[in-house]
Formats: sequence, structure tokens, C-alpha cells
Amino acid sequence: MNGWTLFGPVTLLSVVLLFVTYAILFERKVMGWMQGRHGPNRLGPWGLLQTVADILKLLIKEDTIPRNADRAMFKAAPVIAFVPSFVVLAAIPYTKGLLFSDLAVGLLYYIAISSITTIGILSGGWASNNKYALLGSMRSVAQMISYEIPLVMSVIGVVMAAGTLNLTGIVESQKEVWFILPQIIGFVVFFIASLAELNRTPFDLPEAESELVAGYHVEYSGFRFAFFMLAEYVYVYAMAALTTILFLGGWNPLFGIDFIPPIFWFALKFLLMVFLLIWIRATLPRIRMDQLMQLGWKVLLPLSLINIFLSAVLKEVFSGWY
Amino acid sequence: MTYTENYLSVVGFILVGLALPAAALTVGRLLRPYQPSGPKAMAYESGVLDPTGDSRVQFHVRYYLFALLFVIFDVEAVFLYPWAVAYDALRADVGLFILAEMGIFVFFLVIGLVYAWKKRVLEWT
Repeated sequence: MNGWTLFGPVTLLSVVLLFVTYAILFERKVMGWMQGRHGPNRLGPWGLLQTVADILKLLIKEDTIPRNADRAMFKAAPVIAFVPSFVVLAAIPYTKGLLFSDLAVGLLYYIAISSITTIGILSGGWASNNKYALLGSMRSVAQMISYEIPLVMSVIGVVMAAGTLNLTGIVESQKEVWFILPQIIGFVVFFIASLAELNRTPFDLPEAESELVAGYHVEYSGFRFAFFMLAEYVYVYAMAALTTILFLGGWNPLFGIDFIPPIFWFALKFLLMVFLLIWIRATLPRIRMDQLMQLGWKVLLPLSLINIFLSAVLKEVFSGWY
Repeated sequence: MTYTENYLSVVGFILVGLALPAAALTVGRLLRPYQPSGPKAMAYESGVLDPTGDSRVQFHVRYYLFALLFVIFDVEAVFLYPWAVAYDALRADVGLFILAEMGIFVFFLVIGLVYAWKKRVLEWT
């Protein structure tokens, strides 16, 4: 174990925390503009310190634990939810040289680790001993496992085209054409499923504030609550990066414009994905629970299965360059 | 990077990931007030009375049915991943038989999905 083993993750953690701070501000600003208002604009110039103040406020809030709660599990749940969201970032490559762990099974690693968060959400709802919290967490788990299937299946087309699970290898195989074009069905299914995995509008039923008073984290206050929210935004980072890598060609330039360094190409596509998530949140209403489950199992799952065989056909037809 | 280095890096991520909540909650403990009282420790439900009964109630069976379907298709994915990685090599080796084989495997699982569909397991009402 050399210095980079710990120094690397600490550096990335700072970057991610900075990203989360300003992604929240950006989200509130963009949603404000889309709804014809200003968004946060009081703290600091242009509201730049708004999230910092929010974090400080959460830090000095009293930490209440309900009388009937399972104390040990109540305390463990936010940690179980947060840690996987950060650990998945180990496998994400930013450019050919800038990466933390060049796992041969990078994609599988991401999918496997990210599903641990579900356990954190379930134990949080269970430990709270509150009916809203338990209902919210059960719904959340039902949603997350239902959409994990299309998420996992839709990337098989990408794996077939690239012939590897290594994320660097997947980006390298998109030199000619980004997978969003030949794998358009896979991309659409993956994107919808990733919205559901992120618990974001239109799939934010677990947190439906008007029905479940915020769902599984209703009993959490202060920094324990902050860790659930942090986990969600770290997943926004991770999922935007993963979508960039799998479908948008990672750091490969568009139209061969290669005087812009690869890291900027990556950042550009990554920010585009983040913006897309915010745009959808400001545009679409929340869907109903029955619609949610039917969409997952009756539309996305068959589509992703068809996509696997379509990818095989595509490989036969364009066997030369794809 | 070697195999061990890759996984050591993952261990580093786990350690740092655990350190952040530990550090933040310790700092928070020094800063935040601690004045527990009866009403504060009440479960947030009606706001007036303690909730009646335990909240760990029996759940509708459909949650378990979805969990079972999830297990079936997640295991299917476990078989699909190595197949997809090795597809090119196998295609060169045994030809389109490799596609037919996976077609048969997926077909049997799709029968299960169609059965669940017909039995209205996928409805949420």
C-alpha cells in the first residue's frame, strides 16, 4: 500500500464533495430559472454559499433518535447507504491515465457495489420504527430492485460490442462510433432505469413528500439525514460518469476535435448528463406506483432483452468495424 | 497497475468512505446541542399521540413476489455477463450456435415473465 492508495481517494472525496455542493446549488438555480424565479441568491455572490450554509446548519442540528427505534441499526443505516456510493467511484476512469483502479470487471463491480445502498435504505426505514419510514423504504427497495434488472440487462449490448467489462476498454472501443448510436435502445432503457435507481423525479416515489412525508429518512435529522442526501448526490456523480463512459464515448473527442484535452471532453459530457437529470426533474411530474412497476417489468425488461439479440444481429451485419 | 494494486485502491476507497461519516458525526457531536425530551423522541406520525401498535407490520405479498422475480432475472444477468464478454471468441469458435443457446436460455426465463404477467403479478393494485 503506497501513499496514493489513501491520498487518491481523499483527493477524489474532496472533488466529489465540491461537486455535490455546487450540483445542489446548480440544480436549485436551474430549476428556479425553468420555473421563472431566481433560485437561491442571498448567501454570497449569486448564492454561491447557499449549500455551504445548509451543510453547516445540518451539522449543528440536534440528532434525535426515536424512542422505539433500533438504535444500532438506526446509526449504521446512513453509513451503509453512503459508503457504497463513494466506493463505486474507484472503478471510474476519467482519462486513459487518470484512474484509481483499473479493474478488469469494472462494470460488474459498479453494479454489484451500488446495490448495497438498497440495504442501507431498507435498514434505515426498518430501524426508524415509523410507518411512513417503513412504507417508504419498502417502496424504495421494490423500485430499486425492479429497475436494477433493466439497468443490468441494457448494458449487455455494450459489453458485447466492447468485448470487455473493463471501463477503460469500453471507452477505447468507442473510438470510431459512440455506443449511443448503435445501442440507442440500450441507452434509453439504461437512462430511464438509472433515473429510477437514483430515486429522482419522475421516479422519486420513495421520497414523495406529499404522500409519505419524505419516506425512509423521515425520522433522520442533522448529519445522519445529510448522509442519505449525500449518497444520493454522489450517485448522481457516479451515474453521470458511468453513462458518459458507457454510451457517450468517455474522453473520446467528437468530430476528431482533439486539441481539447480528453479530460475536458469527459467533463463536458459528464456535465451534460448532470444537466439532463436536472432538466427532467424540472419538467416531469411524479408517476404513480403501479405505473412505475409496470413500466419497469412490462416495457423496460422486454426491451432490454430484445436489445441483447438486436446487438448480436448488429454485430453480424456490421462485423467489420463494430 | 497490477491486480493487487487495483484492489488495494478499492480498500483505500472503503477506508476513506468510512472515515468521512465517522469524522463528520464526531465533529457534529461537539457542535450540536443534546437535549433529549419525551415529545422529541416520539415517532413522527400524528404529532399528538405515540403511534398505536408496532410499525413493523405485515407487508403485502407482492413485495416478495417482486423480490423473487428480481432474484430470477439477476441470476440470469450473472450468466449473461460472461457470455457477452466471451461472445466474439465463442462466435469465432462455434458460430451462431452461441446465439441460439442464449436464445433458448432467455426464452425459458421469458416464459416465466409471461406467466407472471398473465397471473397479474406485475400489477400493483
